[in-house]
Amino acid sequence: MKRMIVAMAALVGASAVHAQSTLEAVQKKGYVQCGVNVGLAGFSQPDSQGVWKGIDVDLCKAIAAAVFGDASKVRYTPLTAQQRFTALQSGEVDVLSRNTTWTITRDTSLGLNFVGVNYYDGQGFMVRKGGVSAEGKKAAKGKAARTITSAKQLNGATVCVQPGTTTELNLADYFRANKMTFKPVVIEKLEEVINAYFAGRCDVYTTDVSGLVSVRSSRAPKPEDHVILPEVISKEPLGPAVRHGDDRWFDVVKWALFAMIEAEELGLSSKNIDQQASSANPAVQRFVGASGDIGKMLGLDNKWALNIVKQVGNYGESFDTNLKPLGFDRGINKLWTQGGLMYAPPIR
Amino acid sequence: MKKSWLAQAGLLAAVGLVLWYFASNTAQNLEARKIASGFAFLAREAGFEIGETSSIAYSAADTYLRALGVGLANTARVALAGILFATFLGTLVGLARLSPNWLLSKLAAGYVETVRNIPLLVQLFFWYTIISESLPGPEDALNPLPGVFLSNRGIFLPLPGDVPVLSGFNFSGGMALTPEFAALLIGLVTYTAGFIAEIVRAGVLSVPRGQVDAAYSMGLERRGALRYIILPQALRLIVPPMTSQYLNLTKNSSLAVAIGYPDLVSVANTTMNQTGQAIEGIAVIMAVYLTISLSISAFMNWYNRRIALRGAAR
Repeated sequence: MKRMIVAMAALVGASAVHAQSTLEAVQKKGYVQCGVNVGLAGFSQPDSQGVWKGIDVDLCKAIAAAVFGDASKVRYTPLTAQQRFTALQSGEVDVLSRNTTWTITRDTSLGLNFVGVNYYDGQGFMVRKGGVSAEGKKAAKGKAARTITSAKQLNGATVCVQPGTTTELNLADYFRANKMTFKPVVIEKLEEVINAYFAGRCDVYTTDVSGLVSVRSSRAPKPEDHVILPEVISKEPLGPAVRHGDDRWFDVVKWALFAMIEAEELGLSSKNIDQQASSANPAVQRFVGASGDIGKMLGLDNKWALNIVKQVGNYGESFDTNLKPLGFDRGINKLWTQGGLMYAPPIR
Repeated sequence: MKKSWLAQAGLLAAVGLVLWYFASNTAQNLEARKIASGFAFLAREAGFEIGETSSIAYSAADTYLRALGVGLANTARVALAGILFATFLGTLVGLARLSPNWLLSKLAAGYVETVRNIPLLVQLFFWYTIISESLPGPEDALNPLPGVFLSNRGIFLPLPGDVPVLSGFNFSGGMALTPEFAALLIGLVTYTAGFIAEIVRAGVLSVPRGQVDAAYSMGLERRGALRYIILPQALRLIVPPMTSQYLNLTKNSSLAVAIGYPDLVSVANTTMNQTGQAIEGIAVIMAVYLTISLSISAFMNWYNRRIALRGAAR
């Protein structure tokens, strides 16, 4: 139904949206409309008070901090995997920050542009420890358990997966390449698809490894009963996207992301940025807007980056608050100076 | 006379203009955003697997068109089976409600009021949860009859010379009904049967009392009176509203998306997301449902004329 409404919006209202730039439109309405996941712990999920938390949510806040100097000026639109692109295309959201894989098809034929990567991920498989039956039944019967230790042993398995994702395609590719067969059970709502897996309808649940870790620690009745297999079968660079053809807004979102990464590299955090603002380091001086006019070049206040770090934090802080407690390892998402892939072009 | 003709033409032109405005505006916006359009994607490789294929050969290497064909076959399979069973169950319940047996008639009334007044989507979740949560895993499958296995992977029935056996993760061989198909079919049948029961009851009650009395006075039992006198006359009243129940059942089968049965809407949704062409995808879904619905209507109208003629010739 929502899809229909969005399609209608695309039919009727799209020309109006196109008339002015997104940055002007956002400044005029006074908030950023951010498309996020309906609920993936660590990325975007409302807490018990209904406050959205996660690294994708932090990016939304960073954009608001850069544009308004106030990280709270964000409104969230929770989107399923299927709704996300239409919502962005039709102008229902200003930016899509929803653990979305950057691929060439999406970049070229969906009318959107990816601005960068805020989490380097890969697709994996999760299975029940010690075999295939539903929770506990196996142990009670005392039958010899068949242990799955590799994805190569999954021939003939039933696999739970969400539709409309690169996951669904990688899954088919992997089994084809390894001459194995499988039965997919494709359910749109995250809640329903993981329920089906935990109920034993599927032998395997597949999604990005980050999603597996998140689901295992936040949704599994007994997290220790589930194993994530060692194979990572794809590259999944997750990042925010904006509509194609609006370069100024593209720049704002891109540099909001880079500012968080650059801040970590410069050693600037929400705790120390006020003291560091008076540091003699010229790179820091430029970053906090004490020298130069980088903010103006973006069409923003000169303190844009200072506001991001002060109100939201640097990339490492966001990772440590949101993902570390769930058992995420920083891994390849470390800074390039520490052997990871997180690298921001110079802010100068 | 002439004036009204002009007004009609004006209205037609206005509607045409509005449609043309929407179409050209959409095309222009898609072009401006560099969003792909057109139906060329149908010939491209789909790249995703489909859980059940209603005996159409399909693999991830086939085209989107074929994938949509599989979705259509799955929709047709559940709709046909649903119409058949719902008619049967609905007729039984409708007659039971008219039964002189107090308990039977109250039970039937209770059934109708319950299933008609709970949203179908809720009922589908109910059946799906029952099947996937309460049945054991394949290794502990229930085996009520030789060759018949019940587990949370579905119901496996033996075919002549082809008995299901547990191999690896799941059973293979025999005939398999997946939990998704079973839940959808049970949900659609029980829900629609509630409405059909009421239509049957109304049809039977519409037969004049005199006809019933005459049947009994000719020495027919209740069963014979129903079979030869009441039902043939009731049928003429039953068929038209029954058509709309069949159409409802077919359209309701699109709720399959919620419980993971790969019907047309489910496959089209995936297609739309992989290609990003939502407008074309929605157009395909609408065209297909319109075609199915009009076909059912045409068939039922033909059947209606056939039985109506027999009545008129009396």
